[in-house]
Amino acid sequence: MALLDVKDLNVRFATQEGEVHAVNGVSFALEKGEALGIVGESGSGKSQLAFSILGLLAANGRASGSITFDGGEILNLPEAQLNKIRADRIAMVFQDPMTALNPYMRISDQMAETLIQHKGVSKRDAVAQAVEMLDAVKIPDAKNRVRLFPHEFSGGMRQRVMIAMALLCKPDVLIADEPTTALDVTVQAQIMDLLGELRRDLGMATVLITHDLGVVAGFCERAIVMYGGQVMEQSEIDPLFAQPTHPYTKGLLAALPRLDADSTMIPIRGNPPNMTGAPTGCPFCPRCDFVEDICATHMPPLISFAEGRARACHRVIEEVAA
Amino acid sequence: MIVYILKRLATAIPTLLALVIASYLLMHIAPGSPFSSERGIPPEVLANLNAKYGLDQPLWKQITTYLWNVAVHFDFGPSFVYKDRSVNDIIAQGFPVTLTYGALSFIAAVLVGVTLGVTAAIKRNSWLDYLAVGVSIGAQVLPNFVMAPILMLVFTLTLHWLPGGGWSFSDPRFWIMPVIALSTSYMASIARITRSSMLEVLGSNHIRTARAKGLPNRKIIIRHALKPALLPVISYLGPAFVSMITGSVIIDVYFTTGGIGKSFVDSALNRDYAVMMGVTILLGTLTILFNLVVDIIYGWIDPKIRY
Repeated sequence: MALLDVKDLNVRFATQEGEVHAVNGVSFALEKGEALGIVGESGSGKSQLAFSILGLLAANGRASGSITFDGGEILNLPEAQLNKIRADRIAMVFQDPMTALNPYMRISDQMAETLIQHKGVSKRDAVAQAVEMLDAVKIPDAKNRVRLFPHEFSGGMRQRVMIAMALLCKPDVLIADEPTTALDVTVQAQIMDLLGELRRDLGMATVLITHDLGVVAGFCERAIVMYGGQVMEQSEIDPLFAQPTHPYTKGLLAALPRLDADSTMIPIRGNPPNMTGAPTGCPFCPRCDFVEDICATHMPPLISFAEGRARACHRVIEEVAA
Repeated sequence: MIVYILKRLATAIPTLLALVIASYLLMHIAPGSPFSSERGIPPEVLANLNAKYGLDQPLWKQITTYLWNVAVHFDFGPSFVYKDRSVNDIIAQGFPVTLTYGALSFIAAVLVGVTLGVTAAIKRNSWLDYLAVGVSIGAQVLPNFVMAPILMLVFTLTLHWLPGGGWSFSDPRFWIMPVIALSTSYMASIARITRSSMLEVLGSNHIRTARAKGLPNRKIIIRHALKPALLPVISYLGPAFVSMITGSVIIDVYFTTGGIGKSFVDSALNRDYAVMMGVTILLGTLTILFNLVVDIIYGWIDPKIRY
C-alpha cells in the first residue's frame, strides 16, 4: 500500500468570473521513501494540488476526491485532525522564503512552536532541537543566529531555515513546492543537494513540485507532468527524458536550455489555458503541434502503456516520440 | 533607542515654537479683541486694559515675553476674560476631566473596535461579520452630537438610569454617556481598519506556513496574525487619541462635563488669547508625544524598524 494515495482529486475555486477548475481528476501514489516530481508550468494546478493534501487551500477553494495517507482518508478532515498530521507527518516547504516566514517573530520562536505543538517539549528543548536542525541544513553559527529575525538572513539562508523548520518533526512526507524558484541559480543547486542529502538521511518520501525539468532529473525517481490541472504523462525519470511520449513533455524538454553547442532552446508557443469553467477536451490542444479534431472535444484518458509509464494523448506514441 | 527618543523630543521644540508663533499671529490677525463688547468701552479703559495684559507692546515683544513665561516659569498667564483665573487654573481644572473620559473612551474604542474587527475578519461572510460591519457602519454614521442627545433621551429622560450632565470623579455613572458618545465613531473606524488589515494578513504566505505547522487557529491568530494586523490600527491611534481630546467640546457642551474642550472653543469665541494659547500648546504637545509613542510601538512590533 502506498504511503500517500491521491485518487481522482479535483480542486475548484469559486471566483467572481466563475468556477476555476485548478485540478481535474488527478491520481498518483507516493511510496515510502520515494522522490516524486510534479512538473508543469505556472497555472498547471501543481501548487494547489500540494495545498489540498494538507488542507491549505484558500477559503474559496474546495477539494473533492480522495487522499489517503498511511491508510486513512485525510482529504477534507476537520482542522483539529489535520493539525495532527501537518508538520508532524507531512511537512511542507514553500516557494518564496522571503514571505513564507513570519517577519515579526524570531527564528527560534517560529521553529520552537512546531515542536512544542507536536512533541510537547519544553521551550528550551525545542530551541535546542531547532539549533541542531539549523546545523543540519548547514547554517553557520546556528546557535547564535537562531535568535535572529527572518530579514536578517539572505534568500538562500531563509530557504534553509524553511527546510529546517519543515524537518523538525522528522515527517514521513516532505512536500517541496518550488523550493528553489525564488533563489539564485548557484543557491538553487546547493538547496537541491541539501534536500537530497536530508531525504536520504531521514528516509522521507518527497514530493517535489517544480516547473524545472532539470531539477526533477537530478532529484526524483519518478515524475508526473501536469498541464491544465490534469496529468499528461507519468513516468520513471530516465525513460521520460530518453523518450517523452506526450507532446507537452516533448515541448518542455525542447524548452530546456542546453549546453550542447548545436541545439537551441525552443519555447512552447501560446499561453497557459484559462482555467475558468469545466475543461472540454485536452487543455493542451491549442498549443499542441500534434493536434487532431478529437482533441478539442474529448480529453484522452491516462493510459498505462509500459511498466511504470502512462500517458494521456490521442496520438499514438510512435507519432509523437519520433 | 534612548538616543532616538531624545532626538525626537529635541525636534519637538522647534515644532512647538512654530506652533506658538503661528497661532499667536493668527489670533492677532483675526478681527476683534478680548475686550470688545456691544456696549463699547471708553478708550482710556481700553488703553489701561491693553497695558495691563501687555497688548500695547509690539507683537514680537508680546510673543517673546509669552514664550519666556511659558518656558521658564511654566506660566500661561492670566485669562483675559475671566478675572482672577489664570490659564494654569483653567487647564488644571478641565484637563483631568477631559483626560479621564478621553482615556476611557480611547480604551473602550480600542478594545471593542479591535475585537469587532478581528471577529469579523475571522468569521468573514458569516452573520457575525455582517453584524460587526453593520454595527460599525451604524456607529460611524452617528456623529457624537447626534449620539449625545439620543443617549440622554434614552438613559436620562426615559429610563432615569444615568445623570443627564455634570461630572464627578468618584461616581462612574457620570462617565458612561460621555464615554459612549465620544468613543463610538472611533470604535467604528478601528473596527473597519482592523477587519481589513486582518483579512489581508490572514491571506499572506506566512499565515499559510503557520497553518502548515499544524497550529490551532487560535494560536495562529494570536501569535502570527494579530501583530501585523494591528500595525495600521496603531498608526491610526496616535492622532485619534489627540482628536478625541480636542473633539471633546461636543461632550463638554452636551453633558456639561466641564472639560478642556469647552474652554478651548469659548476662548476662541471670546478672543481669550491666553487660554487659547495654553490649550493649543497642551494639545500640540500631546500630538507630538503620541506620535512618538506610536513610532516606538511600531519599532517594538516590527523588528525591521530599528532606531
